[in-house]
Amino acid sequence: MTSVAEIFETMAYGPAPESDKPAREWLRRHDGAFGLYVNGAWTAVRADALFDVQEPATGKPLARVTQGSAADVDAAVQAARAALPAWRGLSGHARARHLYALARAVQKHARLFAVVESLDNGKPIRETRDLDIPLVARHFYHHAGWAQLMASEFPGYEGAGVVGQIIPWNFPLLMMAWKVAPALAAGCTIVIKPAEFTPLTALLFAEIADEAGLPPGVLNVVTGDGSTGAAIVDHADVDKIAFTGSTEVGRVIRRATAGSGKKLSLELGGKSPFIVFEDADLDSVVEGVVDAIWFNQGQVCCAGSRLLVQEGVHDALVAKLKRRMETLRLGSPLDKAVDMGAIVAPVQLERIRTLVEQGRAEGAQMWQPSWACPAEGCFYPPTLFTEVQPASSVAQVEIFGPVLVAMTFRTPSEAVALANNTPYGLAASVWTENINLALDVAPKVKAGVVWINATNLFDASAGFGGYRESGFGREGGREGMWEYLKRSGAPSTLDARRSDAGAVAEARVQRRASSVEGGDSLPAIDRTPKLYVGGKQARPDSGYSQRVTGADGRVLGVVGEGNRKDLRNAVEAAHKASGWARTTGHARAQILYYLAENLAARGDEFAARLRAMTGGDGRAEVEAAVSRLFTYAAWADKHDGAVHDVPIRGVALAMHEPIGVVGVACPDEAPLLGLVSLVAPLVATGNTVVAVPSERHPLAATDLYQVLDTSDVPAGVINIVTGARDALAAVLADHDDVDAVWYFGTREGATAVEKASAGNMKRTWAEWAPRDWHAADAEGRKFLRAATQVKNVWVPYGE
Amino acid sequence: MEAQRTAPKAARAAGVTSITEGRGPQWAPAVGDGHGTLARNPGTPLDLDAVRALRVNRSAVERRAATLPGRRTVKKEWQAAWLLRAITLIDLTTLAGDDTPGNVRRLCAKARQPVRPELLEALGVAHLGIRTGAVCVYHAYVATAVEALRGSGIPVAAVSTGFPAGLSPLKERIAEIRASVADGAVEIDTVITRAHVLRGDWEALYDEVRAMREACGEAHLKVILATGELATLSNVARASEVAMQAGADFIKTSTGKEGTNATLPYALVMCRRIRDYRERTGHLVGFKPAGGIRSAKGVLEFLYVMKEELGDRWLQPDLFRVGASALLTDIERQLEHFVTGRYSAAHRHPMV
Repeated sequence: MTSVAEIFETMAYGPAPESDKPAREWLRRHDGAFGLYVNGAWTAVRADALFDVQEPATGKPLARVTQGSAADVDAAVQAARAALPAWRGLSGHARARHLYALARAVQKHARLFAVVESLDNGKPIRETRDLDIPLVARHFYHHAGWAQLMASEFPGYEGAGVVGQIIPWNFPLLMMAWKVAPALAAGCTIVIKPAEFTPLTALLFAEIADEAGLPPGVLNVVTGDGSTGAAIVDHADVDKIAFTGSTEVGRVIRRATAGSGKKLSLELGGKSPFIVFEDADLDSVVEGVVDAIWFNQGQVCCAGSRLLVQEGVHDALVAKLKRRMETLRLGSPLDKAVDMGAIVAPVQLERIRTLVEQGRAEGAQMWQPSWACPAEGCFYPPTLFTEVQPASSVAQVEIFGPVLVAMTFRTPSEAVALANNTPYGLAASVWTENINLALDVAPKVKAGVVWINATNLFDASAGFGGYRESGFGREGGREGMWEYLKRSGAPSTLDARRSDAGAVAEARVQRRASSVEGGDSLPAIDRTPKLYVGGKQARPDSGYSQRVTGADGRVLGVVGEGNRKDLRNAVEAAHKASGWARTTGHARAQILYYLAENLAARGDEFAARLRAMTGGDGRAEVEAAVSRLFTYAAWADKHDGAVHDVPIRGVALAMHEPIGVVGVACPDEAPLLGLVSLVAPLVATGNTVVAVPSERHPLAATDLYQVLDTSDVPAGVINIVTGARDALAAVLADHDDVDAVWYFGTREGATAVEKASAGNMKRTWAEWAPRDWHAADAEGRKFLRAATQVKNVWVPYGE
Repeated sequence: MEAQRTAPKAARAAGVTSITEGRGPQWAPAVGDGHGTLARNPGTPLDLDAVRALRVNRSAVERRAATLPGRRTVKKEWQAAWLLRAITLIDLTTLAGDDTPGNVRRLCAKARQPVRPELLEALGVAHLGIRTGAVCVYHAYVATAVEALRGSGIPVAAVSTGFPAGLSPLKERIAEIRASVADGAVEIDTVITRAHVLRGDWEALYDEVRAMREACGEAHLKVILATGELATLSNVARASEVAMQAGADFIKTSTGKEGTNATLPYALVMCRRIRDYRERTGHLVGFKPAGGIRSAKGVLEFLYVMKEELGDRWLQPDLFRVGASALLTDIERQLEHFVTGRYSAAHRHPMV
C-alpha cells in the first residue's frame, strides 16, 4: 500500500474506481442472460440462441443475449404494428407525458446506465456519466416537447408508422435515444436492434421504459447480429428504417430497401476535418483535439480525425499536442480519472493496428506518448501521424480509433479544398479568432455539422447528420422530426408500395406518323431540338433521335436521344455553374420571375404544344407552371434556416444549403408542370439541375430552351437531356458527382435509382404513383426540404 | 487496480517537449526565505509583438475548465496526501480592515501548526514538518508576523502598492514595498494599474512592474493582475505576459476584493502563459490563485490544473501558492474524515 507520505512526495494520481456492484447485481438478477423485449414482455431465454457479450476492458464475458431470428423480428414488427393505431391516436400531450416519464426514468437510473454502458462498451465512466446519459435524458425531454407540439407545429402530419432502427456500438444508449425519442414523439412504434457488441443498456432501457408505463408493443428490442438487422431492414411491414453505422452497411441497406417505399435515414461514417488557422488559440485547440479524437477512444463517427493546420503554426501545435498526449491517462473505464478507456472489441483493435501499420509503411511519421498501454484488455494509445499526405490511406480511411493524422495548408481556400477532399461529410471543426474567416469557411465545408472553436458538441435541439457518403437525414431538432413524419391520411409508403398503379408499364403508342406537322402549303422549316447543356444546345452524342408522337398518334417531332456522355457533359456543366448556390435568394427570385414572365409571354404556343402532345388542357397547365415559378421565386429568399437554442453560450445556426448537382427524371403526366414543379424548387434553393424531361412528351421541355436563354438563367444551372428516362436516370443515379436524384416514373425505375444511389449515398426522392401536379401538395415546403440539407454551425461566443 | 501504467517507453520518449526537465529537488520544507534554490525570473525586454499576438478563446477555455474537475480526482490516501501538499502551498492570509496584532499572531500560530498533531501522526506524516507556504498580511502587520513566525522558516508576505486598487501615487507604492521589505517581508504581493491593461498601454504596465521588482530587491515579487477587472481572458493573458517579461516571480489572480476572484479559467490562461514563457525563455515563474478558494475540493481542482498544464514541478511552494484562510479548516475536516471515517466539524479544529 502506498503511504500518504510517499504520495505527498510524488503527487501521483491514484486509483479512483467507480463501483460496478449495482450493475453486476442487475446482470445477476437476469441470471446474466436476456431474452428479447417484445410486445411489453420478455421472451423466454433459449439457451441455444444466446451469444456472449464481452467486457472490453478485461476481455471477460459480461452477459449473454439472444440472437434474434427472422421470426423474432416478425413477432416484434407485428407487435409494433398492432400497437401503432393506439399510439399514433394518442394526443400529442399524452405522448409527451410518456416521453417525459422516460426522461425522468433515465435520470433516476442515471448511474446504473452509466456503469453498465461503461462495462459493456469500454468507454470511461466520466463520459457515460457526464455526456452520454445526460444527453439521453435531454433527448427525451426535448422530444417530449415535440410530442406536445405535434398538432400545432406539424399540422397535417402524423407518425410514419412502424420504424426499424439499427444502432451502433460507440454510443449505445445515446444512439438509442436519438432514434427512439423522435419516433415516439411523432407517433411511430419501434423495433430496435442494438449493436451485438453493446446490447445491454438497450435492454436496461426496455426494462425501465416498461416500468415507466410505455404501452406494450410501442418499443420492441431485438438483440442480435447483422442478420437480425437484415431481417428488420427486409421486413415487409416496416415503414421506415433508421440506421447509424458504417457507410459500408449503409450501402447494403440502401440497396436492400430500394423500391420498397420505406423511408430511410442513414447516419454513416466520417473522416472529419479539424481546421486550425494560424490565429487560433493554440492551447485551446489542443484541448479541442483531445475532445475530437481521443473522446470515446476515437470511436466517434464525427471524430475530428484529420488535423489540417496552417503551415506557420504546424510545428508549434504538434509540439503542444505531443506534450498533451503525454498527460492523457488511459486505463480501466471505471476509473473516474482516466481520459481514455478500452476499444470496444478485439476485432476493432486489430483493425486500428493494421491501419496504423499501413500508415507507417506508407511513410507517415507515427508518434505515441512514452507511457505504456495496459497489456491486458482492448487498449490502444493515442496516436499522431505527421508528414501525412492526402494520398495516404490513414488520411482517407475512417480508422474509428484514437488516431489523428496531421496535414498542413497554406491558405483558407486550400484548407477548404483539403477538408472536402473526402467522400464523407459528417462534421468539421474550424478554429480561428477571426469571425470573418470562421463564417466564411463554415458554409464552404461539406459537412452536416460545423463547430467553430469547438468540437463534438451535441444537443437534442440541433440536427445531426451528414452530407455525401456520411448519409442523409437529421437527428435532433425540428429537422430531425421530419424523418419520422408523413402526411396524415396519405397512403403510407407501404400502401404506395403495394399499389401497382405506377408500376403498370403503359403500352407505348407506336402509330406510324403520316407526316411531320407543317403549315399551309409550304413545307415546315425543320426545327430540331437538341439537348440543352451549359446554356447551349448540343447535339446528342449518340447521333440518334426519337420520334415524339402526339395524343392523336401523329408524330409531332423528334428529340435527341441522350446517352451517358451527354449526361456526363451536363453534370460537368452543372458543376461549373455551382456559383449559383452563392447568388442571393433575391437574385434567384428575379430570374425565376423572369422565367415565368417569358413563359407566360409564349403561353399560347406552349398550350398548343401540350394539347398536341397530351390531349389535355394545355392552357391550364401553362398557367399552373407560371404560378409554380412564382411560388418558388417567392420562396427563393424565404426558405430561412433557424437559430437553434442550444445549451451553450452561443448559437447553432441551422442553415439550409443546396444539395449540389441534382438529377431529375420528370414524370409523363403534366410534362411541363411536372418539370417545373421539380426543377423550380431545386433552382430556387441554389442547386443546379440535370433534367430528363418526360420521355413521352419531351417537346414542352425542349421548347423551354429559348425561354431559359431569354430569362438570364446562367449557363449550366438548368441542363436538359432528352431520351429514355429510366436509362438516363440510372446513369445519373450511378454518377458519383451527382449529389441527388429525383425520380418520378415506374417502380422498376425507382428501384434501380435507389439501388444505384448507394454508390455515393446520394439523396434520392423516388415516386411511382402518379401525382396530380395541379394539387396543392405538389408545391411547397416538402419540395424545399428535399432540395436542401441542413447544416448546423455551432458558434460559441464570449470574449 | 492500477489505473495507469507509467513505465516509460524510452524509445518513444525522444522528441517529447518535456516539461519535467529542470525538476528541482523533491519537496522539502522551505528554509530561510522559503524560496529554496530556484533561480529567479530576471525578466526580458518588453516584447510587444508577443503580447499583442495573444488571443484566448473564452468559450474553449471555459469548456476545458468545466470538464477538468470531472476528468481528475484523487481518493483516499491520495486525497489525504494531496490535501497535505495543498496546506504547504497556502499563503495563509488575513487582509481585513479590522485586523489587529492579536488575530495576526493567531494566524501565524496556525501557519506553524496547520493540522492537529495527532492527525498528522495518524496520517504518518508527522516527520514532514507540514506548515503553510507563507503568511500574508498588510504592511502594518509585517513586523508582527515576522516576530510571530521567527524560527519557523515560514516567510512573511506583504500586500503592497496601495492594495487593493493600486491607485496611490507610484512613488508611494514603491516606498511601501521598500518599507515592507525593511520590516522583514520576503515576499511582496503587488497590484497593477488595471487602466494600463484596459488601455493596452503595455509599456506603462511593464515599467510599473519593473519598478516594483527593483524595489523588492531580494524579496520575491508576486504580481496581482486583478483578473476580475481585466474584462477579457485575452487581457489576462497579455497582462500575464507583460508581468513575466517585467520580472515577476509569481503572477497572481486576484486581491480577493474583485467581483470575480480565482477561477479555473483564469488559472488555465495564466498557467498556459507561464508554460509558454518557460519554453521561450527558460525562466520559471510561479502562479498564485487567490480569493474564493474555500473548500478542499476547490483547491484540488487548482492542483489538477497545475499538474496537467505545468507538471509536477509546479506543485511545490516555490512555484505555486494559494491565497486562502478558511480553506485550511475545510482541509482539516477532510483529513480528519480520512483518519476517523467520520465526518468532522469545523469547531474540532483550532480556528484560523
